[in-house]
Amino acid sequence: MSVSAPAPGRAMPAPLPKPARLNPWDLVRAGVSGVVGRPVRAVLSALGIAIGVAAMVAVLGISAASQAQIAGQLEQLGTNLLRVTAGKTFFGDQSKLPENADEMVRRIGPVRQASATGAVPDTTVRRSNKVDPRETGGISVNAARLNLLELLGAKVRSGTWLNEATARYPSVVLGSLAAERLGITAPGQQVYLGNQWFTVAGILDEVPLAPEIDRSALVGWQVAKEQLGFDGHPTTVYERSSDESVEVVRDVLAQTVNPQSPNEVEVSRPSDALAAQLAAKSTFTGLFLGLGAVALLVGGVGVANTMVVSVLERRSEIGLRRALGAGRGQIRKQFRTEAVLLSGAGGVAGVLLGLGISAAYAVSSGWPVVVPITAIGAGVGASVLIGTLAGWFPAGRAARMSPTAALTGG
Amino acid sequence: MTRVPVIELENVSRIYPGGVTALRSVSMRIEAGELLAVVGPSGSGKSTMLQMMGTLDRPSSGVVRLLGHDVAELDDRQLSAVRANWIGFVFQQFFLTAHHTAAENVATGLLYGGVSPAQRKERAVAALRRVGLGHRVDHRPAELSGGERQRVAIARALVGRPAIVLADEPTGALDSRSGSGVVELLRELNAEGTTIAVITHDTTLAASLPRQVAILDGAVQRDTAAEPGEVGP
Ligand SMILES: Nc1ncnc2c1ncn2[C@@H]1O[C@H](COP(=O)(O)OP(=O)(O)OP(=O)(O)O)[C@@H](O)[C@H]1O
Ligand SMILES: [Mg+2]
Repeated sequence: MSVSAPAPGRAMPAPLPKPARLNPWDLVRAGVSGVVGRPVRAVLSALGIAIGVAAMVAVLGISAASQAQIAGQLEQLGTNLLRVTAGKTFFGDQSKLPENADEMVRRIGPVRQASATGAVPDTTVRRSNKVDPRETGGISVNAARLNLLELLGAKVRSGTWLNEATARYPSVVLGSLAAERLGITAPGQQVYLGNQWFTVAGILDEVPLAPEIDRSALVGWQVAKEQLGFDGHPTTVYERSSDESVEVVRDVLAQTVNPQSPNEVEVSRPSDALAAQLAAKSTFTGLFLGLGAVALLVGGVGVANTMVVSVLERRSEIGLRRALGAGRGQIRKQFRTEAVLLSGAGGVAGVLLGLGISAAYAVSSGWPVVVPITAIGAGVGASVLIGTLAGWFPAGRAARMSPTAALTGG
Repeated sequence: MTRVPVIELENVSRIYPGGVTALRSVSMRIEAGELLAVVGPSGSGKSTMLQMMGTLDRPSSGVVRLLGHDVAELDDRQLSAVRANWIGFVFQQFFLTAHHTAAENVATGLLYGGVSPAQRKERAVAALRRVGLGHRVDHRPAELSGGERQRVAIARALVGRPAIVLADEPTGALDSRSGSGVVELLRELNAEGTTIAVITHDTTLAASLPRQVAILDGAVQRDTAAEPGEVGP
């Protein structure tokens, strides 16, 4: 060890040393050192941030997964299905579609396929003949064309769909909700329909594009006409066309099925409901985001508090660093870095936790797992921002501390 | 005199808020290569004087010069650079970071001097070897004896090759054996060229060093450097 030589000559001052900058890596290391010096406290104060970020990331992740699920469903179900219902006359009576309405729709150029159901009036389905016939349980009895299942893309959960033979006999296929309400779990069981026993031929899965089918007991066209007093007029016609011509078909549908009074007919696109769901954000998302923001804020206060206490406790460290040549700015930067690291670590932990929660939720709901990139960015960004704000005041205080007070007070 | 004194105090006074006059018009100079003791009873103003010399505090009146520079003319950044490059501190309480190894603690002495991390590590190990702790490089302070801790602190003060080492009661927290070991080390370092000022209230220790400055009630009572008659330039 040698003495750095002072400038020779008569009372010539030595050249002043140049203030050196801390490189960012050293700054981070000093910050990390401060954080790991008190690990329990660091974990506890980062926890608030972690919880807030986790809540936000989880909510956004779950909502993204549910959106992806709906989008996937739309993709799979197609958006080319249109539904035509008879509607009401000007005087409020149930209006009628022609008996061969589905036939007529099928003749429209771009239409690929059409099918129909017809409401069987004044008929209910019950578990047994001892149940009051006025108790519908919300289940409607409908006659169904045989191609309905294929057109809707519906699936039979158990048993079979109607065929030429069973359509003539007292056989019934139950929508998922109808089966549930009737307490029917397997085909072969009997239900009391109108005023006679029908055998359950099959039970359908849920039909996302036609929830009315879920609440229906479907019987053959012929048996409905012959034994249940059905007049043979469809009340709902479904059709599918090519995707591009949906709007064109839509414009002519009403005219086609009811040339006399097309305005009585209601035409709808069932996929619109799903598309609307896709566009809508659930109110829960907003609520949880708000809660997450509050947790984040509280976490920020926790980090600020930790930093204030830390600055008070580490007076001697601050004094030592000043004695070793740290300028005020360097002390300030060190404590700001520390606050950002603390909060940022909480943010990263929160992102991981939130992703875990949203992935677990998506998997358990049978949804696709979606990584919400913007939520991750926002989570980390918010925690860094909060760290910056939380560190501002304590770091300034540390920087203003006089080195002597820091060295003798501790 | 062809050399600038390392430290020069000129009529330096320090009056603390509240009215305590800790230093009264103190004048003295420390030349390069000196080893001196500042001695005096508790409360006499020794630590205050060290803080003036080390630019940790500014005088209420008077001038403090380091290698010819009036401290009053330097801003915080320049003062910090002066401390980083020209001054090494040793404190009674060591002030080591508990969760850092000896080498890391010593390397912190170079952190604010713009030395690269690799250089810091290398020089820290060399400084530890110099103070006889080459075998304790990776030990943490809790695994070291009091004397060893103070040696680590001395290595940290030395590692930046400062113009002067200011030690405030370096043996104050040590038993007499470790204490004399530390004094022996300071003596050796001085023999190699390091300028050292040791603050102590131990008159025996002070008497064993080449120069003594005795302080009483904030004023210099006796300075052996001034005695042979060689007063000032
Ligand atoms: N920050 C301060 N504010 C007010 N008074 C102070 C402050 N620091 C020291 N003093 C006072 O100044 C006087 C000199 O203190 P100083 O610490 O310099 O003494 P010292 O010689 O180092 O004593 P010791 O041997 O006990 O360390 C004392 O009376 C002390 O109470
Ligand atoms: Mg003292």
